[in-house]
Amino acid sequence: MPLETTVIQDKLTDKFGNKVTGFIQQHDIFSFEVDSNSMNDVMRFLKEDETLRFNFLTDICGVHYPDFEKDRQLAVVYHMHNWMDNVRIRFKCFLNGDKPEVDTATNLFLGANWQERETYDFNGIIFKGHPQLKRILNMDEMESFPMRKEFPMEDGGRTDKDDRFFGRTTDNANNNLK
Amino acid sequence: MSDLLLPPEHRYAKQIEERRNEDGSELSVLNLGPTHPATHGIFQNILLMDGERILDGEGTVGYIHRAFEKIAENRPFYQITPLTDRMNYCSAPINNMGWWMTLEKALGIEIPKRVQYLRVIIMELARIADHIICNSVLGVDTGALTGFLYVFQYREKIYEIYEEICGARLTTNMGRIGGFERDWSPAAFRKINEFMDEFPKIWEDFENLLTRNRIFMDRTINVGPISAEKAMSYGFTGPNLRAAGVDYDIRVMQPYSSYEDFEFNVPVGKSGDTYDRFCVRNAEVWESLKIIRQALDKLPEGPYHADVPDYYLPPKEDVYTNMEALIYHFKIVMGEVPVPVTEVYHPVEGGNGELGFYLITDGSRTPYRLHFRRPCFIYYQAFNDMIKGQMLSDAIATLSSLNVIAGELDA
Amino acid sequence: MSNSSDIKLVDAPEGVQGEGFFATKLDSVVGLARANSLWPLPFATSCCGIEFMATMASHYDVARFGSERMSFSPRQADMLLVMGTIAKKMAPILRQVYEQMSEPRWVIAVGACASSGGVFDTYSVLQGIDKVIPVDVYVPGCPPRPEQILEGIMSLQEIVKSESVRRRNSPEYKELLASYNIS
Repeated sequence: MPLETTVIQDKLTDKFGNKVTGFIQQHDIFSFEVDSNSMNDVMRFLKEDETLRFNFLTDICGVHYPDFEKDRQLAVVYHMHNWMDNVRIRFKCFLNGDKPEVDTATNLFLGANWQERETYDFNGIIFKGHPQLKRILNMDEMESFPMRKEFPMEDGGRTDKDDRFFGRTTDNANNNLK
Repeated sequence: MSDLLLPPEHRYAKQIEERRNEDGSELSVLNLGPTHPATHGIFQNILLMDGERILDGEGTVGYIHRAFEKIAENRPFYQITPLTDRMNYCSAPINNMGWWMTLEKALGIEIPKRVQYLRVIIMELARIADHIICNSVLGVDTGALTGFLYVFQYREKIYEIYEEICGARLTTNMGRIGGFERDWSPAAFRKINEFMDEFPKIWEDFENLLTRNRIFMDRTINVGPISAEKAMSYGFTGPNLRAAGVDYDIRVMQPYSSYEDFEFNVPVGKSGDTYDRFCVRNAEVWESLKIIRQALDKLPEGPYHADVPDYYLPPKEDVYTNMEALIYHFKIVMGEVPVPVTEVYHPVEGGNGELGFYLITDGSRTPYRLHFRRPCFIYYQAFNDMIKGQMLSDAIATLSSLNVIAGELDA
Repeated sequence: MSNSSDIKLVDAPEGVQGEGFFATKLDSVVGLARANSLWPLPFATSCCGIEFMATMASHYDVARFGSERMSFSPRQADMLLVMGTIAKKMAPILRQVYEQMSEPRWVIAVGACASSGGVFDTYSVLQGIDKVIPVDVYVPGCPPRPEQILEGIMSLQEIVKSESVRRRNSPEYKELLASYNIS
């Protein structure tokens, strides 16, 4: 019997009540939001429950939403996959923009280690309990978090770009095409 | 500050102080990389060694971090394909097709059957190219240079096929939203058929050179093993996971682009050591050849792109003569295309495992957030675990068999 | 085995020839020897490295230009082939490798990323290796075809042939290295 999204939703709301909200089917993945304090419990429940059996952590990434309210400015998105029933699921934790903290997933999945380091490196999200939370892709001395929207993409040190030819002004130095 | 946040040299210096062997010898720290002939790409490993035996290690990556995800936030959708090329550059068409499929899922476009079959052919050719490099370079790292020189000639033949289709050899930027930019010429099909006639014999020769070779087997059996449970916990996918015994293949699990129409096996190993990884990749090349043969035989006629004038540039003759085509061309180039606000995650079976694209759109012509789930980055974490207790030269062979491609590692 | 009769051999430098002797400048002879035995250090970081592997393989054979032995130790190499993107994290290491090479040494920047940063105008990519080390030949392309890489090596051969033996002591060279803070 395939695992229906109603079953997933019911089991989660029964166990966690109002900590899991916003259930929506986006294309072929069922996704929902989790309160940031219960992230580890929800992931453990998804992994160990006999019906849900989401045994594989596919992906962890971070998103910056500077336009949302302060309490929801940074999000961590987790993708998990149930290999027995072939069902994928996605859940997000929205975090405070000034103090983004969430529990680590390394106690459940060894593969979360570097992915959380990458999310920290890019967005500045602190994973509580991570054994080695330091930068991974950028240089250790770097102070800012590059994937946040305010950080410019281009190398600021170039002297050979003539902005006249590119229509760039000091306002749109990010080459933002929107 | 926790011990693990210190640079590894300092941490190991403490351990060297604490421990001294009975015969008076000391532990030592070895810096492997980032520029080292045996690392395929640049990543550093600092190893704590007891003579030749490795006790502990820590890897540093990021030496070729090119900020793809940041660049992707500033580029229109059709300009992101050159970025995806440069991730796993040994099998660039797979990355390209994965990106197009993600977009087509987000935009809700139906792809004609011919395009799907052509995509399967080119993705399997790319997979063969990737495994050619990985296995022959594993041979080079254990000392067998002949295999490399011999099969690389056939990688040149695959490059010629790519050139017929899209004009480029390595970083192909192949395809468009909805299909291909032009139908494949008869020369392309002729070259593919020639490749299919000549290559099986060559691959058989390559296998005979190494698979039952006593020296190669001694160097690779029980080297760098990993158990299936640990591999799944680390997030392994692709040939590395299949070598550990788990038959997880996205082409079977969640078929995309008509893979369900083809019959092929998924080769699986037993112990997850280097020899199993080598053999699984060898067997996958045979399966890919089977798939290409089936796709060529059953290739349907039809259009080479979907009928989506909103996203697919009209032919230039029409742009100069037809008003509608001119308007569509203008809208596509200036970015007035209808893009839904949605989130989509689409995985494809890359040469190294599950290559996933997580796209968040916000209605404008550039993505709001694009994240690449890169298999190399995820399974390279386990490398230091896999080589604990092994000799240094075994570590080199393990690294080579994992097929770590620096472009995909750092993105 | 090749039976072709159009194999090109290297031309002798200009000089005075006679019965049993050949007189020419020492610089030309040394330049000839150096140009036709350039041992490369393949500093391959990304996609251009794969094109270099294709150049090294049998189809485009770089060994016929004298680059038979790929040296991975900087102290045993003549020319540094920087192939691929150099990130800012990697720049000090590239510099260290260049400083370890002994004279005479030449640098070829293969690919758009090594020449000028390429497609990647981002916060983490070094916009051209000539910001940290002096470069002799730039080979554009993304990635350049093996023929282009060979053309780059051939251009370097022209430079090497015509260079003075005492280049390392010349004031221009010393000034160049000083501008990069390389002692």
